[in-house]
Amino acid sequence: MSDPELRRRLYRVMVLARACDDRVAALKAQGEIAGSAFLGRGQEAFSGAAGLCLRPGDVFAPAIRDQAARLAFGETPLDVMRVVLGRRTGWMRGRDGNIHRGDWSRGILPFISHLGAMAAPVAGVLLARRLGGRLGDTVGAIAIGEGGMNTGALHEALVVIGVERLPVVLLVADNCYAYSTPRERSYACRDLAERAAGYGFAAQRCDGTDADDCLRACQAAFAAARRGSGPQMVVADLLRLAGHGTHDDASYVPAELRSRYGDCLPLFERTLIREGVLSAEEAERTRAQCRAEVEAALQQARSEPAADAATDEWRVYSESDLLNLRWRR
Amino acid sequence: MKYLEAIRLALGEILAEEPRAFFYGQDIAGPFGGAFKATKGLSERFPGRVLNSPIVEDAMAGLAIGAAMEGARPIIEYQFADFASIAFNQLVNHAATTYWRTGRSCPLVIRLPVGGTPGGGPFHCQMPEGWLTHHPGLVVVAPATVADAYFMLKDAVACRDPVCVLEHKYLYYHLESDFDPATAEHLGLGRAALRRRGEDLTIISWSGMVHRALAAAAELESAHGIAAEVLDLRCLKPLDAESILASLAHTGRVLIVHEGFPYGGVAAEVLALCCERGFAWLDAPPQRLSARDTPVPFHPDLFAAYLPDERAIVQAALELASF
Ligand SMILES: Cc1ncc(C[n+]2csc(CCOP(=O)(O)OP(=O)(O)O)c2C)c(N)n1
Repeated sequence: MSDPELRRRLYRVMVLARACDDRVAALKAQGEIAGSAFLGRGQEAFSGAAGLCLRPGDVFAPAIRDQAARLAFGETPLDVMRVVLGRRTGWMRGRDGNIHRGDWSRGILPFISHLGAMAAPVAGVLLARRLGGRLGDTVGAIAIGEGGMNTGALHEALVVIGVERLPVVLLVADNCYAYSTPRERSYACRDLAERAAGYGFAAQRCDGTDADDCLRACQAAFAAARRGSGPQMVVADLLRLAGHGTHDDASYVPAELRSRYGDCLPLFERTLIREGVLSAEEAERTRAQCRAEVEAALQQARSEPAADAATDEWRVYSESDLLNLRWRR
Repeated sequence: MKYLEAIRLALGEILAEEPRAFFYGQDIAGPFGGAFKATKGLSERFPGRVLNSPIVEDAMAGLAIGAAMEGARPIIEYQFADFASIAFNQLVNHAATTYWRTGRSCPLVIRLPVGGTPGGGPFHCQMPEGWLTHHPGLVVVAPATVADAYFMLKDAVACRDPVCVLEHKYLYYHLESDFDPATAEHLGLGRAALRRRGEDLTIISWSGMVHRALAAAAELESAHGIAAEVLDLRCLKPLDAESILASLAHTGRVLIVHEGFPYGGVAAEVLALCCERGFAWLDAPPQRLSARDTPVPFHPDLFAAYLPDERAIVQAALELASF
């Protein structure tokens, strides 16, 4: 069992992620957000556990439902609110929104929509570090769903990562559905960990509804990657506890399945309280603090300038004079 | 020096002078040295910096994006430009959008052997500039001379934006000139070059077709007394609009000659530019000569009939001149 301090930290990250997501969902319902809103409800344990294994200097390519890992790795609720509201002050300056956010300088790669496309860039970051002699014990983490596991982009990237033996942890959240497609229509193997050997990855499995099990598996995988044991895969079994996006009521998910998978957040809270790691009052206080933190971030973001068509630079090249550009040495 | 040798020379100098540079591509390392031998000898001279990739075109581009964002200067080689279609997504949706989305530049170079050779067929001869230039954010260049093969590759590495360098496969072995990097003219990456001066009409071309355009221009002069100007675009995105319009203003007549498919693409873009911004100078409707609107044929006879040849260019120019 992980140490109590780490479990409390994970609990807090999960609560904060849920609070962020809940607020984003409410903003969407209120009509304050353009486009879609995607929630990580039910995935906070796995995502948060992975995020807590990341260290400064690591690189992380989040998937759709990784609010918890993002927060654990240093994203703040203010970073979230600025992007979802399209603020000029945000990472994406209104040019991109929702989960398509990140900051290369912090090692949180700005997600492009195309599933699987962020894996090869993680390999590129690590390879560049290795070539530059500064890889050290840094690790790259790539999050993906069972749906995204089928993309050619991911397959190609895993081949490269395996061949180069890069310190990568592939985090597979198998949440039963890719949009409305049940997992039986996504893969024909017993579970996705079976694919690991084919790429030269070691594999761990965990129960994505059990935060302690997620911590155990993620800690083992990150430690192995960090000490040079080659690429690692962690496959979590869980259920997406929301629609694909807020527009989707997920009515295609049968009740039987819903009753089979619990909600990782209250489950973890009950365990921590039962084991005396957390008191009911502390839990209540954490929830209130997180809600307040998210609310403050929202108010701050709201007060900041929105993207502005008149003042945006509309520039796609960073070079200002391509006409006269020349190699000089 | 041959076109290919100029590329190899530039690649060696890039590794020697730019410590952040590395090469990644299929079969480029070791004594084999790449499908066209552009990197032959370089992995021995620069151990660890010329890396063989698996057959993963999409991941090659994705890996280069990550490496570029991490401060390296990746140069990837596609074995044939045709296979870069596998990397369509990483190129046009990722590399091309990164600076705009994130405010951080993405300096990577993509080397693409393009164009037709007899017997190459539908999947080893294509010109990719239509789709590469359509999406905002990529710089697309097409060196047509030995000097440009050398300079533009080095300029591409100096550029902080993603640059696609279209290297013509026929020119690799067939184009030769006495090129000396120390004395040759080094134009800016984005500039078009006037390869021949003339008064009567302008032939605009790029990549391998520049040489057919020049041959046709010589024929027009000697056999018909028509002085055709030949403008080599060099950089296909962004376009050197001023040079195009200046030549149009000078001659009043424009014929665009290229090797790619006729529908849309760079030729249509240049033609639109001439109409939109050069209308007042036009003495005749601007014309295009392209490949046929079919896949590239395999048999040498079909292939020869597929591309505009010197005679077709001369014929089109005569019609344009007499309009
Ligand atoms: C390459 C690609 N195809 C389709 C989509 C549209 N799309 C976005 S999310 C999604 C489902 C993803 O399922 P999964 O990878 O299992 O992740 P989950 O949403 O379950 O977290 C689809 C089809 C996409 N973004 N990228």
